[in-house]
Amino acid sequence: MSFPYLSTIIFLPVIGAIVIALLPWANPRRIKLTAAAFTAVSFVLSLALFVMFDRSLTSPQFVEQASWIPAINVQYFLGLDGLSLPLLLLTTLLGFIAVFVSWKIDIRAKEYFAWLLVLETGILGVFCSLDLVLFFIFWEVEIIPMYLLISIWGTGRKEYSAMKFVLYTLTGSAMMLAGILLLYFQAGTFNMVTLAGLGLDSILSSLMATAIFFLIFIGYAVKLPVFPFHTWLPDAHTDAPTAVSLILAGVLIKMGGYGMLRVCVSIFPETAQHYAPLLIALAVIGILYGAAVTLRQTDLKRLIAYSSISHMGFVLLGIFALSQVSMAGATLQMVSHGLVTGLLFAMVGLVYEKTHERSIPKLGGLARQMPIIAVVFSVAGLAALGLPSTSGFAAEFLIFLGSFNSTMVPGIQVYTIVGILGVVLGAGYILWMLKRVFYGAPKEQYDGVPDADRREKIYTFALVAVIMFIGIYPRILTDIIKLGIQPILGGFYG
Amino acid sequence: MGVGLEHFLILSAVLFAIGLYGVLAKKNAVVILMSIEIMLSAVNIAMVAFSRYSQSITGQVFVIFIMVVAAAEAAVGLALIIAIYRRRKTVDAEKFDLMKW
Amino acid sequence: MPAELVLAIFLLPFFSFAIISFVLRPFFNHRPLLSGYVTIAAIGISLVLSIWALIEVSGAPHHILQMPDYEWVVIGDTVIRIGVTVDALAVVMLIVVTSVSLMVQIYSLGYMKGDGGFCRYFAFMSLFTGSMLGLVLADNLLFLFLFWEGVGLCSYLLIGFWFHKPEAARAAMKAFLVTRLGDFGFLAAILLLYAKTGTFDIGELQNLALTGAIGGTVLTWAAIGVFSGAAGKSAQFPLHTWLPDAMEGPTPVSALIHAATMVAAGVYLVARMFPVFASSTTAITTVAIIGGFTAIFAASMGLVMNDIKRVLAYSTISQLGYMMLGLGTVGVGISTGYISLEHGLALGVAVGIFHLFTHAFFKSLLFLGAGSVSHATGTFDMREMGGLRKAMPWTFFTFLIASLSLAGIWPLAGFWSKEGILAASFHYVPVLFYLAIITVFMTAFYIFRVIFLTFGGEYRGTDQGSHGLHESPVVMLVPMVILAILAVVAGLLPINEFLGGESHSFFGALSHPLAWVSLVWAGGGIFLAYAIYGAKWLSAASLRQRFAPIHTLFSRKYWFDELYENLFLMRLLVNGIFAALHWFDDHIIDGAVNGIAGGTVAVGTVVRRLETGQLQAYGLAIFVGILAIVACVFIFS
Repeated sequence: MSFPYLSTIIFLPVIGAIVIALLPWANPRRIKLTAAAFTAVSFVLSLALFVMFDRSLTSPQFVEQASWIPAINVQYFLGLDGLSLPLLLLTTLLGFIAVFVSWKIDIRAKEYFAWLLVLETGILGVFCSLDLVLFFIFWEVEIIPMYLLISIWGTGRKEYSAMKFVLYTLTGSAMMLAGILLLYFQAGTFNMVTLAGLGLDSILSSLMATAIFFLIFIGYAVKLPVFPFHTWLPDAHTDAPTAVSLILAGVLIKMGGYGMLRVCVSIFPETAQHYAPLLIALAVIGILYGAAVTLRQTDLKRLIAYSSISHMGFVLLGIFALSQVSMAGATLQMVSHGLVTGLLFAMVGLVYEKTHERSIPKLGGLARQMPIIAVVFSVAGLAALGLPSTSGFAAEFLIFLGSFNSTMVPGIQVYTIVGILGVVLGAGYILWMLKRVFYGAPKEQYDGVPDADRREKIYTFALVAVIMFIGIYPRILTDIIKLGIQPILGGFYG
Repeated sequence: MGVGLEHFLILSAVLFAIGLYGVLAKKNAVVILMSIEIMLSAVNIAMVAFSRYSQSITGQVFVIFIMVVAAAEAAVGLALIIAIYRRRKTVDAEKFDLMKW
Repeated sequence: MPAELVLAIFLLPFFSFAIISFVLRPFFNHRPLLSGYVTIAAIGISLVLSIWALIEVSGAPHHILQMPDYEWVVIGDTVIRIGVTVDALAVVMLIVVTSVSLMVQIYSLGYMKGDGGFCRYFAFMSLFTGSMLGLVLADNLLFLFLFWEGVGLCSYLLIGFWFHKPEAARAAMKAFLVTRLGDFGFLAAILLLYAKTGTFDIGELQNLALTGAIGGTVLTWAAIGVFSGAAGKSAQFPLHTWLPDAMEGPTPVSALIHAATMVAAGVYLVARMFPVFASSTTAITTVAIIGGFTAIFAASMGLVMNDIKRVLAYSTISQLGYMMLGLGTVGVGISTGYISLEHGLALGVAVGIFHLFTHAFFKSLLFLGAGSVSHATGTFDMREMGGLRKAMPWTFFTFLIASLSLAGIWPLAGFWSKEGILAASFHYVPVLFYLAIITVFMTAFYIFRVIFLTFGGEYRGTDQGSHGLHESPVVMLVPMVILAILAVVAGLLPINEFLGGESHSFFGALSHPLAWVSLVWAGGGIFLAYAIYGAKWLSAASLRQRFAPIHTLFSRKYWFDELYENLFLMRLLVNGIFAALHWFDDHIIDGAVNGIAGGTVAVGTVVRRLETGQLQAYGLAIFVGILAIVACVFIFS
């Protein structure tokens, strides 16, 4: 067996957390450097995997498999395929950047960074697990750090939001657990790869297949979030500290989309196809509804949070259009949205940190006082509204193209066209927000407000560079993603 | 007519019922503790009887265990009651409602 | 011509953008002129390369240079390519874009001198020029769309260049959103065409449209979708409202982007996809009607504006309508069988693009002239100008040439290109011809109204005497003079023939009665303007009073801004439907969530009363429970 890359990547952050918790350092700077070091190694290793990844195999690579609970056939089973690699990379990148975003946190720094690292481990584990029990455990691991990070270091109604997040997620998880257990009792295994190859649709009764499909789907739908399960998201995003919003919007909600592809569609392709019209309708409602409500927001952070609902509608549309291009587009959209919205939250954090104001009507004319932040914020905004040459366009275009051409779902062309309207609304809320926050006459009370410092420039510019690079040369990811989509398509075309 | 299994079981059941009544109805915590001991004894009697009846030593071994545990439990229970008495000057079980909603 | 050099035509300005933003702006900000020089150098080289391409294309078979293309995304059977093609249409556009852009950049050196955002200005201008050139060269719809949005972005950035002015920020946003609304249709049309044909390649789409491989309904919808994108970009009715507001940007920006190039991209797109349009009677009729209507509709508003740039903006919309009209009427001619397909396809493109070509020169010159005037007077309001002829002879002279050209006076450039459009509409759609000929009259009137108000009479400005008035610096005048020369001779260049249209001899054109009709109407317009604003035989004020309702209608722009922004956008959407959804989200959906939580708590407060805290009560409950279980076991086993 070769070097256990995946275990190393997954558990490095949690080891970092233990180190931070146990070592008697009170100096926040040392704690931050430790956190940065561990996440950096994790990121570099995942970059190495990206380079070493065999771009001709559709099966999972870097597999680690060991028996864990033999009595019920649970395995410690990790693997990386075209679907999980981009998300793994995204998570380690954002995990690394999150440390820098939190650089100004000095209150209970030790606990903060420890929890942040535990959070990263949980998310990484979800993206690499190929055993449903292991998957579920990692899925749950993330909740506790989230709760503490929001309720201790958050702002506003932080306890309410943290509790709402936990209860919502646990409700979804409970459904998912029931679904996973049902699946086990029917199929006798937790191995995702085996399950996907069984063709359970035709073996199980249609009632059973539907029940399992929706039990598991609701778990993911809460996380993604799918209309109408979305109301935890604006509260949690708004009240969480900046770095946590970044992780939350950047990667955590992607677990939902990933799970849908990995579990729902892979294991139950026919059921997915049968219910696709319903789910696509929900997606389109989410896109337009999210955008409409976004236009009404006056809190900068809440506005970005609501825009995520609209953007995740595109992911749902891409997934359940069930064509190769649309699913690849959905995966790319998850990565793109992670980068773009991560950057947007980081920028909102910077604006708030410097002006101590998040209410849009009270801001204005900031482009004069903080030109760098204005430029980066604008680029991120333009990427969010899907301007060509940014990753947002490549992803959304692939989703639209794939959905419009999908033969799996009748009437999807109409849904797609309606969905494209969301892009127009997206341009509306982004540009309106930029105008109200940055343009117009400068306000006196913000004179002398500092612009981004060197560290902030570095990580924001890095994100901008990645966003632009993917937008101009999307093949760097799509060539990998399509390998992950291939086996899923096998369920449809035999 | 010899003494059969059913006699022992009847005795055990009667003792158990007496113990149960004590546990549920008495107010004094010490009496409740004693009643619990009676219930344990009832169980022990049944256990020994069954052990004898089925020609197996397992039941009697368990009885020894139960007696040991019961002794320890009585000690702990009495200690708790003394601790409570010191704080609240009463051993009336109806006054112990700290766990009330 | 090597493919690398063709790519260099549009990559060079991008390169210039990169150098300015990553090298010059951060490290050489104390020498801002450098960024101007870099931009000018890059665009200058692009111009030279474009001329080279022109020479190559005119020698190539079918006037097409095929270039290699590249795979952008490959997923399964779906291969999305990007690539460029150089054909006659593209190369004419290349020349227009590079030459006007070069002139505007040189002019900007003087106009933007001392502005705090000098580097940023030239960076954006480079980015724009690169995107525009890429748009022209792109050989497939997706690649074209990429640059299409790119020029839209630059337009947004440059309109909002003085972002601290609220009107500028607002106008920038408006421009982006209105064009994006049109692009929604464009994107849908791209998807529709791809779903039907499996390709984005424009050449293939043209062939498929002509052979009838794309079904009739699909073709019509696709063409209308493409046209909605084009109408947004070219500010055609009903998406015209953004262009007048876009005048908040620096004047050279208006000259380049909102007169000569980007707004003409819509016309270019229709020309590029002309075979697709011509294959659908409904679509091409729509183009012709919208074009003809926009021409007269915008001209009517141009009659009464007091802001010199707004007059020019409405004039631009009107002239763009002309180009659409030219394309549309020839297309109608094809679909009704008046003209053979092969001939008509070339003729339509030639008619439309020829006007685009000449218009680019004289309209950008008009804007530069307006910029020069405001450079001296500090205002764009014509009521505070007057008598500038003496102070600014060069500006006056070049402005006059451009105005004559716009009015379509023989033998200036505008005459030749306008003639083609009038002839086409006269032959194929006579109804629209009458609209067009009235527009000729209005065009001549409003532009000479500008001339008499600005350059004629006495100076009416208040804050400074006419002593402060001065001619603009040489760096601004030289580009204006060059453009003036082009505004004279552009019509005589064999562009029309090069694109496959008909040629006219210098004097032969006058033998055509149609030419005299249009000249008489144009002359009438000039005369009326002279009568009111020059010689003052008629009082402008009393006329205004006499036609008060019409004047109000025109000057309030038919209340379209109010209709769109107040009524539709704010009342109906943001404060109507969206507000309702916001309420729904907060109260119904989140209310349900909080309701479930609250309900759980409420049930808890009731049920917890069972927890008496009395050990013996619990014991009793346990005992009863055990009895119940045992009873169940006996009963059911």
